[in-house]
Amino acid sequence: MSVNYGSKRVVVGAHYGLRDWIAQRGTALLMAVFTVVLLAQVIFSHGPMGYDTWSAIFSAQWMKVLTLVTIVALGYHAWVGMRDIWMDYVKPVVARLLLQIVSIFWLVGCVGYTVQVLWRL
Amino acid sequence: MTATVKKKRPEFRNINAFTDLPSYRLPAPGWVSILHRISGLMMAFLLPLVIWMFDLTVSSEISFARFSSIFNVGIGGLVLKLFCLALIWAYLHHFIAGMRHLWMDVNHHAVEKKTGTNTAVGVLVLSIALTVILAAKLFGLY
Repeated sequence: MSVNYGSKRVVVGAHYGLRDWIAQRGTALLMAVFTVVLLAQVIFSHGPMGYDTWSAIFSAQWMKVLTLVTIVALGYHAWVGMRDIWMDYVKPVVARLLLQIVSIFWLVGCVGYTVQVLWRL
Repeated sequence: MTATVKKKRPEFRNINAFTDLPSYRLPAPGWVSILHRISGLMMAFLLPLVIWMFDLTVSSEISFARFSSIFNVGIGGLVLKLFCLALIWAYLHHFIAGMRHLWMDVNHHAVEKKTGTNTAVGVLVLSIALTVILAAKLFGLY
């Protein structure tokens, strides 16, 4: 059991899906916190919601960090979810693999785009 | 000799999306479950749109004004608003159903059949009601 590589590698067993399962819940909680924090700032802002009020919310340093952590969490969360969907409904290996790779490109691209936007704030 | 004719046993394979799904009666928790997947996938597909809107609205006053003019004018604005409405519903459903999911992970009482059905109905009612309220706001009814 101590050797877990090569021909001795255990390919199935307990806890193999647990990490992603836990991660999906952890990231979900984080995104929920972000939602509440953002919503609170929008609701308790003074005056009409224009550019100044809106961009001020995201230009606070802690909010930039929270937004960054949230988008990374979202990427992981969505990856687990999309992979679940492809694994459940797409049986041909080629199509499934292709969709999984496209999903990774898509999500990494989105995270990168967000980082770029946050960077210049 | 015993009977050689074997009785044909019923065979259950994967459901067919076109012949089986329309006749299936899905209970409320089933609806919440499949809509959770659909809403999640929708948001994953529309994520670049969300980030694009985020980009335009926070980057500069000029880009904010550009977004306002796109969002509020003409057929393009209407289409964008419809996409936003879809996102609003997807987010609300995914959020509320997700909360129910987390609750079910930690509470044994929550996974009972009766409770599960009640909370599922609650998720559907709440998400649709909030979507309608926000849709009215989105299209300037109040």
